[in-house]
Amino acid sequence: MRRTTWLQELLAPIALVALLAIASSLWVSSADQSKFQTAIVYVAIVAALYVFVGNSGVLSFGQVSFVAVGAFSAGVMTIPAGTKPGVLPTLFPLLRDHSISNVWSLVLAAGLGGVYAFAVGIPLMRLSGIAAGIATLAVLGITYNLLTYWNSIGPGATTLSLIPETTDYWQATVGAISVILVAFGYQRSRFGRQLRAAREDPAAARAAGIDIHRQRLWAFTLSGALSGFTGGLYVHLLGSIQTNQVYLDLTFLTLAMLVVGGISSLLGAVVGAIAISLFTILLGNSEEGIHVFGWGIKAPAGTSLVGVAVVMLVILLLRPAGITGGREFSLPSTFARPRLRSR
Amino acid sequence: MNHVQALIDAIGEGAVFALIAVGIGLVFGVLRLINFAYGQLIMVAAYALAFPGNWPDAASIGLAVLAAVVASLVMERIAFRPLRTADPSTMLVATFAIAYLLQNGALLQYTYRQQGGLGDSIGTLSGLNQAVTIGSLHIRWVTFLAIGAGLVSLGGLALILTRTSIGLQMRAASMDFRTARLLGVKADTVIMAAVAISGVLAAVAAVVLSISSTSVNPTTGFQETIFVLVGVVAGGIDRLVSATLGAFAIGFAIELVGTELPNSGATPFTSNVYMPSVIYLAVIVVLLLRPAGLFARRGQRTVERV
Repeated sequence: MRRTTWLQELLAPIALVALLAIASSLWVSSADQSKFQTAIVYVAIVAALYVFVGNSGVLSFGQVSFVAVGAFSAGVMTIPAGTKPGVLPTLFPLLRDHSISNVWSLVLAAGLGGVYAFAVGIPLMRLSGIAAGIATLAVLGITYNLLTYWNSIGPGATTLSLIPETTDYWQATVGAISVILVAFGYQRSRFGRQLRAAREDPAAARAAGIDIHRQRLWAFTLSGALSGFTGGLYVHLLGSIQTNQVYLDLTFLTLAMLVVGGISSLLGAVVGAIAISLFTILLGNSEEGIHVFGWGIKAPAGTSLVGVAVVMLVILLLRPAGITGGREFSLPSTFARPRLRSR
Repeated sequence: MNHVQALIDAIGEGAVFALIAVGIGLVFGVLRLINFAYGQLIMVAAYALAFPGNWPDAASIGLAVLAAVVASLVMERIAFRPLRTADPSTMLVATFAIAYLLQNGALLQYTYRQQGGLGDSIGTLSGLNQAVTIGSLHIRWVTFLAIGAGLVSLGGLALILTRTSIGLQMRAASMDFRTARLLGVKADTVIMAAVAISGVLAAVAAVVLSISSTSVNPTTGFQETIFVLVGVVAGGIDRLVSATLGAFAIGFAIELVGTELPNSGATPFTSNVYMPSVIYLAVIVVLLLRPAGLFARRGQRTVERV
C-alpha cells in the first residue's frame, strides 16, 4: 500500500483533468465547449506556476511573462508565411518570412520561456520575500511593455490574429497532462525535494548543504519553460491575442487559482484552476439565463465577475490553506495504513 | 517644454504617489500585508465624491472620507481579521479578490444605471486644476495641494504615532506583533485604527487624483497603486518614511522619464512608450543592490538574500 502512494498522488490530478475533458466534450453544448477547453489550459498554466511558487514558497508575479513570451512566439511563428508580410510588415525578416508547424511552435514556446526565465532568474533568484515578488512583477511589466510596443518582434499594440486554432480537446488535455507529469516528476526529484526543504526551513536546508539559489533557479527555469509551453497552448486556443490578455489580470487570476486550491500541492493547483473555472462558467451562463427546476434565472451582466470574487473570498475564509490544504491526494484512511500523527 | 517645467510636474506626480504610499505603508507596518485593494479603496472614495453631484465641496469630501473608512473597516473585518494567522499568500490573494469584487461592483452599477459610457464626472475643488503662471512655468494648484496633503498626512501620522497611546501601540505592533499583544496591546483595536487611518488617506488621495482627472471610472487608482506598491518596496517598506520616499521617487521618475524621452521610435528604450520598462528596470537594479530598499537604514537587513 505504502509503495503506491506516489501513484495515487499522480493519478488524482490527471484523472480530474481527463474527467473534465471527457465530461464536457460529451455533455456540454458545442457553444460552451471552448470555455471548458480554456479551463483545461488554465490547469496547465497554474500547474506551471506551481512548479516555482509551490515548491519554492516564493511568490512570483512574473510567470505570466513566460506565458506571454510563449504565446506570442508560437502565435507569430505559426501564421502562414504567405500572409504574414501583409499583416505584420514590421517584423524582423527572419520572423516575417518563415513559419513553423503547430508542434514545433509549442517546442519553441517552451524553449524561449525556459531561456528567458533562466536569464531573468540568475540575478532575481537571489531575492526573497516581498523583494522577489516586486522584482518579478517588474519583469512582467517590462515584458508587457516591450511586447506591446516593439513591433519588430510581434504585432505591437494591435491584435495578433490569423493564428491557427490547433488547440482542441486533444491538444489541451494532452498538454495539461504533460505539464502535470513534468511538475510531478520534478517535485519528486532530488532537486524538487531540496527546494521544498528550503521552503520549509532555509537555514536548516543551507546547513544540510543545499544551494538555495541554484535550486530556485532550476525551478524558475523549468516553470518558465512550462509556462511558455502553456502560452503556446493558449494562443492556439484563442486564435487571436492582445498583450493585455497575458498581463496583470491573468497573473492575479492564476495566482488566486493556485492559492484557492492549495499553494503547496500539485493537486491544489489543478483543483483550484478547475474550481474557479467551473464557477466562472456557471456564473457566466447564469447571465445568459439558466433554468433551475423550471424557474428561469437571469442575472444581470457583470454579476459573474463579482460572484467569482465572492466565491474566492468565501473559500479562502473557510479554508485558509486552500481547498486541498496543500496536500496531495491519498485514499481515505480505511484503505491506507494507519499512521501516527506528528502534529 | 523646458526641463524646469518637467521637474515641477515630476514633483507633483511624486507627491500624489507619496500620498497613496502613506496609507499602504501604514497597513503594511501593522499587518505585514501588501494591500492590492488599496487602489479600489481610492476608487470607492472617488465614487463617493461623484455621487452627490452638487453638494458643497466640504460635504462631498466628508462623504468620501466616510465611504473609504467604512469600506476599509469592512474589508478588515471580513477578510483581514479571520486570515490574520493564515499564510501571507492567502491574505494577499484575499486582497486580490476584494479588489476584483470592488472593481467589478463598480462596473456592475453601470448595467443598472443604463447610462452610456463608463465614468462619472467629479467637480469637487475643480478650481484647483487651474495653473499659476510664473514666467514660462505653469504650476497647477493641485500640485501644491498634493505636496501639502502629503506633508500634512505624514506629519499628522508622525504625531499620532509618537504622541498618542494608540500610535505607540501601533509602533509596538509593527515591531513585534506577538510581544506587543503579550504586553496588553489590543490587536483588533490597533489594526482597526491603522486601517481606518489608511481609509482617510485613501479619501485624500481620491480628492487629489480626481481634481486632475475630473472623473472616476472602475479602474481609477489601479495603475497608480501598482506603481506605488513597486515604489514602496523599492524605497524600503519596513519604515514609513522610506516607503513614502520610494513612492515619491517612482512617481517623480515616471513623469520625468515620460516627458524627457522622445515621443516616437519603435526600438526599445528610445521613446516614451518604453517609460514603464525604464522604471521597472531601475527598480530591479535597486532591489538587487539593496533588497531592503533604497532608503532603508544602512545595516538594516530584514530581507535576506540567498
